Amino acid sequence: MAEDYTKRTEYTHDAQKLKAAHVLLKEVTFTPSLPVLGYNNRTLHIDLTTLAVTEKPVTQQMKDIFIGGRGFGLWYLWQAITPATRWNDPENAIVISPGPLAGNTQYPGSGKSLVVTLSPQTGIPIDSNVGGYFGPLMKFSGFDAIEIRGKAAEDVIVVIDGQQGTIRIETAPDEPSDSHVAAEIFTAEYAANEADRRNVSVVSAGTAAEHSLIGCLNFSWYDVRRKVSRLKQAGRGGIGTVFRDKKIKALVCRGPQVRGDMNHPADPARITKVGVKLHKEIHDLDDQQCHMRTRGTAHLVEIMDAYDLLPVHNFQYGKHPDTDKIASPVWEARFTQGIPDGCWYGCSMACAKGADGHVVKTGPYKGHTVTVDGPEYETAAGCAANCGIFDPDWLLEANFYCDTYGVCTISFGTLTAFIMECYQRGILDQERTGGLELTWGNAEAQMELLHQMARGEGFGAIAGQGVHGMKRIFAERGWGDPQLMQDIGMEVKGLEYSQYMSKESLAQQGGYALANKGPQHDEAWLIFMDMVNKQIPTFEAKAEALFYFPLFRTWFGLNGLCKLPWNDIEPADNAQTAEPAKVPEHVYNYCELFSGITGREIQKEDIIKMSEKVYNFQRVFNIRMGKGLRQHDLPPYRSVGPVTREEYESRAEQYDRQMREEIGVNPEGLSIDEKIAITRRYREDRYQKLIDAVYKRRGWTTDGVPPVSKLQELGIDFPELVEVVRAHGG
Amino acid sequence: MRYLHVDLEKCDGGRHCHRECELACAKMLYKTTDVAFSAIRLLPVNSHEGVLAINVCDQCGECVAICPVEALKTNKLGVVMLDKKACVACYMCVGFCPTLSMRTVPGLHEPVKCIVCGACVKVCPMGALQVAEKPAPEPLVPTAS
Repeated sequence: MAEDYTKRTEYTHDAQKLKAAHVLLKEVTFTPSLPVLGYNNRTLHIDLTTLAVTEKPVTQQMKDIFIGGRGFGLWYLWQAITPATRWNDPENAIVISPGPLAGNTQYPGSGKSLVVTLSPQTGIPIDSNVGGYFGPLMKFSGFDAIEIRGKAAEDVIVVIDGQQGTIRIETAPDEPSDSHVAAEIFTAEYAANEADRRNVSVVSAGTAAEHSLIGCLNFSWYDVRRKVSRLKQAGRGGIGTVFRDKKIKALVCRGPQVRGDMNHPADPARITKVGVKLHKEIHDLDDQQCHMRTRGTAHLVEIMDAYDLLPVHNFQYGKHPDTDKIASPVWEARFTQGIPDGCWYGCSMACAKGADGHVVKTGPYKGHTVTVDGPEYETAAGCAANCGIFDPDWLLEANFYCDTYGVCTISFGTLTAFIMECYQRGILDQERTGGLELTWGNAEAQMELLHQMARGEGFGAIAGQGVHGMKRIFAERGWGDPQLMQDIGMEVKGLEYSQYMSKESLAQQGGYALANKGPQHDEAWLIFMDMVNKQIPTFEAKAEALFYFPLFRTWFGLNGLCKLPWNDIEPADNAQTAEPAKVPEHVYNYCELFSGITGREIQKEDIIKMSEKVYNFQRVFNIRMGKGLRQHDLPPYRSVGPVTREEYESRAEQYDRQMREEIGVNPEGLSIDEKIAITRRYREDRYQKLIDAVYKRRGWTTDGVPPVSKLQELGIDFPELVEVVRAHGG
Repeated sequence: MRYLHVDLEKCDGGRHCHRECELACAKMLYKTTDVAFSAIRLLPVNSHEGVLAINVCDQCGECVAICPVEALKTNKLGVVMLDKKACVACYMCVGFCPTLSMRTVPGLHEPVKCIVCGACVKVCPMGALQVAEKPAPEPLVPTAS
């Protein structure tokens, strides 16, 4: 823990001077409003090409079918683009919507914004769930969503002032775009005083988002104790890249001072009851369960290692002898303790940990003292373990720069691990990388790669194309065997894998490769159910899990909720319930929360029905954009089984046993290459059987298309969707 | 630090009094006779014996560290005070109170807590309550040097 957690490099002394250089391009006034039953029924639409600022109504049909959040984002994006649209076309939209339950201050994890755009990495819609205050403050200013289209002629900021009722588009020529500076400065520029800073939230990206496809967005929240703008990331899929392509330097929202009843809920007492119950549960049990309050999601590092699930050396292995150097006891000591680290009010899970007093070692901010937001598990696993770097200081350095430069730590971790394996296998060398010795564990080379990415120079610019792009570029240049790169390049649909080893869990192989947006764990995380607890042994059981859990988890994104308080804390008697993996008491809480805020009574089955509409809509959207069929749901073999001899040998006993017991082949006397080939045939066939079972359970065709009858059943048989599925045998 | 000292041996749990402490507190804090608004409560802990436990804040300060907006602060006397205007009604302090002495009241934005005003002391016929002093605990919120 830092000696003085408030000590850091200051960036705000010139804030008013920087603000004075702004030129007002457009100002409109609006009537601020507060939601009623969770909705304002208003969306803010901004076209940066024409500088048009308009309002769109949120219709009852939108609320009934799409609920909010990710649903609203997908719906608006569908209207905005055509199948021919590419990510950097002006018509591409960035939609931010918090959802009807967002902004309540009583139930933990209720401050999320959902961001949707056409992804530069995948060419299909990406949705990303992010904390920070922007979404709730925008909602309490008067808008359920903001949709931004067009491209500005020069760097601009959009300022929504819900206290004054103005929306301003201004040039912002002099502020840095890197987020740890931009969030601080814009907060200082637009808050009336220190007390008002917590009413200001900034969305920004950074210089690496300008030169790569893996740009993320940072959503700020002002930490009143540290007196700094903290950052949470909408990380996946390159949203920050689209943001900077539109020449947006920042979105700023200055909302009203928050109170607990601003959603005007139907029954406040119901919300309070479940909220206080969960606060108490977290108070009583977090120290015995996940230690989220003291260690954040980093508590998973040593657990994943213990279960052979921590990705090491580009997902080749699942554990490493040095994992304890980046394990959560290290982070408990580094994080300043005793601060309510919730990324929205009322989140007693408080997992948004901060490592104060990091002195930057490299790059343009060398020597600065900064607060690093994290590391979270994904960052630790991706930027450290997966790259063979087991040093907490270098992990903080990578975490800090990924955030401030505006790139996704998950994609950066996975793509760097891919590069390092290419280096290991001779696909890359120092000449091809322009001098970077990207060997396992070389943290300084990893950081230089990132700095190059931010400058748009050298091999870093190539790396910024992501694993998908690199595979193509390396093949075009005749570097390495394309099939090997396909096998070890951990991406599906163009998006890099997040940081769990799915190799020994068939259900998780599907959880990743079938995910609508690409392989991100927030759609399904089934490894313990499948591999450890063996609760879903058959194809049908796995298919049922791959029906229920992606839909259940989709619901968080429709409503502006965080997934973590669902099952990173569990009631003391949860294990004794009929379906502990579903955490039934918390499902009840969510029904109470939704009914209590919106006044629309729901039961647990309704959660699945609500999500199923949006989930299928997104699948059809993928098909419409050319990437939503069976052929697009296939994983790289690295995520399914052992690609190399070393991988086979690392688990030889397990693989040999599977060959004897499941495949019915005696491994004795077979060469290792023969055993790899037999295992591969078996596992790839097993994966095909899995997706057959999943498509059947989801009511899709064998090519993964929701048929017209399914669209009718869900009430989303709009002509434009019917046309898409009919063209693909639906 | 100042706190409300409770002598459980003197309190007979409302059998021979009219729970004057609760009423006095609700009147003092919210000018109401509805004892739901009282920060001091006589709670049944044993149905055979009737009401036995006086539940009231002991000013331990754990809620000060929990509050995300610094609406809860310890004043010079050592009493934890709630700034109602700053409160965002998250009720984390309610769920995290070690003695379960922070309470929500339907229709009231902020939680109810004892401010050691002494109103209950004056009306207790059993002499079970007194405003007292004790050493302050170490602050739970990290301090900037």
